[in-house]
Amino acid sequence: MADGQEWVEVDASNFKQLLDELATKHPGLAPQIKRGVSLSLDGVIYREAWFTEIGPENEIILMPYMVGG
Amino acid sequence: MKMIPVETTINGDRTEFLCNSDESLLDVLRDRLGLTGAKEGCGTGDCGACSVTLNGRLVCSCLVLGVEVDGAEVETIEGMADGETLHPLQRIFIEEAALQCGICTPGILIAAKSLLEKNPDPTDTEVRYWLAGNLCRCTGYDKIIKAVQKAAAEMRAA
Amino acid sequence: MALDHQAKRDFKVVGTRVARPDGIDKVTGKAAYGADITAPGMLFGRILRSPHAHARIKSIDVSEAAKAPGVKAVVTSADLASPDDEYYADIRDNCLAREKVLYDGHAVAAVAATSKAAAKAAIRLIKVDYEILPHVTDVDEAMKPDAPVVQEGRALENVPAGMSQNVTSHFEFGHGDLDAGFAKADKIIERTFKTAATHQGYIEPQACMASLGADGRGEVWCCTQGQYMVRANCAEVLGIEASQLRVISSEIGGGFGGKTTTFIEPVALALSRKSGKPVKIVMTREEVLRATGPTVSTSMDIKIGMTNEGRITAARGELRYQGGAFPCGTVEFGAQAAFAAYDLEAVQTLGWNVMTNRPKEIAYRAPGAPTSIYAVESVVDELCQELGLDPLDVRLMNAARKGTLSAYGPTFSEIGLVATLEAAKAHPHYNAPLGPNQGRGLSCGFWFNFGGNTCVSLNINDDGTIGVVEGNPDIGGSRASISMMAAEELGVPYDKVRTVIADTTSLGFNDVTDGSRVTFAVGLATIKAARAAIQEMCKRVAKIWGIDEDAVLWEDGFAKPSGPNAGTHPPMSLAEIAAIAGNTGGPIAGHHEVNADGAGVSFGVHLVDTEVDPETGATKILRYTIFQDAGKAVHPDYVEGQMQGGAVQGIGWALNEEYIYGEDGRLQNAGFLDYRIPVASDLPSIETVILEIPNPGHPYGVRGVGETPIVPPLAAISNAVSRAAGVRMTELPMSPPRLLKAMSA
Repeated sequence: MADGQEWVEVDASNFKQLLDELATKHPGLAPQIKRGVSLSLDGVIYREAWFTEIGPENEIILMPYMVGG
Repeated sequence: MKMIPVETTINGDRTEFLCNSDESLLDVLRDRLGLTGAKEGCGTGDCGACSVTLNGRLVCSCLVLGVEVDGAEVETIEGMADGETLHPLQRIFIEEAALQCGICTPGILIAAKSLLEKNPDPTDTEVRYWLAGNLCRCTGYDKIIKAVQKAAAEMRAA
Repeated sequence: MALDHQAKRDFKVVGTRVARPDGIDKVTGKAAYGADITAPGMLFGRILRSPHAHARIKSIDVSEAAKAPGVKAVVTSADLASPDDEYYADIRDNCLAREKVLYDGHAVAAVAATSKAAAKAAIRLIKVDYEILPHVTDVDEAMKPDAPVVQEGRALENVPAGMSQNVTSHFEFGHGDLDAGFAKADKIIERTFKTAATHQGYIEPQACMASLGADGRGEVWCCTQGQYMVRANCAEVLGIEASQLRVISSEIGGGFGGKTTTFIEPVALALSRKSGKPVKIVMTREEVLRATGPTVSTSMDIKIGMTNEGRITAARGELRYQGGAFPCGTVEFGAQAAFAAYDLEAVQTLGWNVMTNRPKEIAYRAPGAPTSIYAVESVVDELCQELGLDPLDVRLMNAARKGTLSAYGPTFSEIGLVATLEAAKAHPHYNAPLGPNQGRGLSCGFWFNFGGNTCVSLNINDDGTIGVVEGNPDIGGSRASISMMAAEELGVPYDKVRTVIADTTSLGFNDVTDGSRVTFAVGLATIKAARAAIQEMCKRVAKIWGIDEDAVLWEDGFAKPSGPNAGTHPPMSLAEIAAIAGNTGGPIAGHHEVNADGAGVSFGVHLVDTEVDPETGATKILRYTIFQDAGKAVHPDYVEGQMQGGAVQGIGWALNEEYIYGEDGRLQNAGFLDYRIPVASDLPSIETVILEIPNPGHPYGVRGVGETPIVPPLAAISNAVSRAAGVRMTELPMSPPRLLKAMSA
């Protein structure tokens, strides 16, 4: 499944709920979610923050977990 | 294999030690004499992090045998400052941010001091070529060259 | 945490150029790096390494070695634990090979002996029976269905069936209609690029001293970018509990991402446990090059379409990255970064991660990005050449700005790309005349940066000085910047603050020093910890004055009444409050723990002039100027240092550095003579221009800066050389033989 650019609809009010819903509704995404994803919320990247609140107006993109050097 | 006794002068101090015939001066300084300022970056004379002077000559201590310094005078980074007074090169390196991780810094300071003793007014090109035997991976050399020149100017004026 | 909404804050300390706290130790040789430690009874460890690129280990006979003079312990993979987690199992297998050796230099066994010489002699007595297997070291070769398989069953679910098992993952994204976009283009260029693997080249080889008792309690001293990462890796690989292991980070002689994992620490611990003594292991330069973590090597196809006016209508990139003998995830970052600088209607990037019989890759500043951006910026430059357009104008026309939907998904907020491009355009370098055999090149560059898990503890000492305790090794001068932010926030002079880097027992978990995160995240946590301490100090003063807590404010290092209603009270200095802390409730401190988010991306533009010698193919760098957005430069000297240092690494990557593997799969140039990094005489002075477009995610606007500078040089230099030599270069490094060959073709 192409990451981040397939638009899906889920019911969620924070990052963790979003991930849980996605993994349930789209089992193909579950392994990647388990490996770790970052969340971009209106352009700001959150790496792990489960309780980041999200609302209907937010742009949300899922990305692979970031590392650096 | 029996160890060999060596008598030498390091940073002005008479020093005696025992070492094996295949030990480098760098090994001796670091492992036997507690002088860990000289660093091993490559062990093959390519990086200059182990630079010291031997009878006034700039050398890679990883390419000098411990037994070779018998009767000689060795200067290491530990001898560069005078008590709590830093050498102008040392002080200006800090002021001009000419070091980041600092691992190459002892070697570069020894090399720079050696240059300025022979050529107190070098061009930038001369400084760069003299220091070509000292690898630095952090700074890109820019602030190092500027610091050497600033120190050179201060030392000429003194 | 939002940017402080203070109208044009006048920084008093931040932005000045103060002396760093570790300066004197480093210029006098006193500073203690990884190899500078000894302990009573210490043994010397030495590792036996595979001479084969790929082989099955049929047996290892250590009996002779164990009996050798001075030897106190011998270990193999059997002495390590069996982590369930694949991630730690790979680390364990990389530290000491289990069933197969997977690359030339892969560790197989280790001894600890009473002297370096005894250890070196002893490893020669270890007998390993190898069954040599076919090997593969090239990324494209490794993807072929009949390629020798490095490891079975490692491919993720997103790899299509039928591909070589060496292909472990696949990544694809983009937006818009590519076909329509290419149809709109007046010119389309499609090119394939190849880059060789390089090494971070830190001058200090990995070194550690480890001590582990039979009771499972241990201590490790090592040069690392993350003592908590070392603790976690060692705990898993040895089967001990994290709290029982104390890891102390020494001063570090360079990391650049290469010291964000462990190679020798678990081995030293295993030897120590078996021998009952501390064990010191120091890698040789040859071991560092053969068996630590270089970068990926790559093969990339880029296709870009542009109108005659210079507007990019469509872009496609396919990236193939090999990450050595274990699965890696680097192509994702390369794919995301590749087109990040551009506002594109139609873009698609896909990537493949591939295994080969090479050491496992690890980050080198911005992992994955330098190579993909090299390829993209080369094609953009060639399009400019073909269409007769100004390269900077084309970048400006297509540049991502606030509100642009980025190629990798998120919409950008405030970013500094246009500012850096405009600064480059206005700079005298851009229009300086060029002579024969000379060419000018430029490239944009980008890195995401991030925050991460961070803990800071800030203590107000009873003499009014400040102690900051943080958990991130200082690889670029960050202790000074952290002290500056604490001083700024508390309103005290910089030299009243001392920042130290704690061992793993003193603070909660801290992510490694990477991602250009320290000045951003540790800075942010320090500011919050300082504010917590300020709040406590105001509380104490309110009690002394008998007024409400809210009626006390903090300004320039003093607690003051907030207004006339608060009464007349002479301000109390931090030192005065500290002196009576015992009377007012006890010692005063502030602390902050966070998984910081909101790191701002950092864009840069590099401009370079080169001269190519048509007889030798040698390239001379004539002039180099760097423009980068730092958000807020806390210590301008250190920001400049990152820019210059990263650029020079990129120069080496572009012109000369490469891992050369022979037909036998062995590394041919494992030393600084033949793996030649830039030296002082190769380079001109490098000018830096710092721009400051504040990052809304940090109280002072700080953006990470350390990684971006390695990204633009590859393409900037390739573009300059291609123009100087009159031929488009598509392979790195552009060493003299390659350039001569291309020029005479």
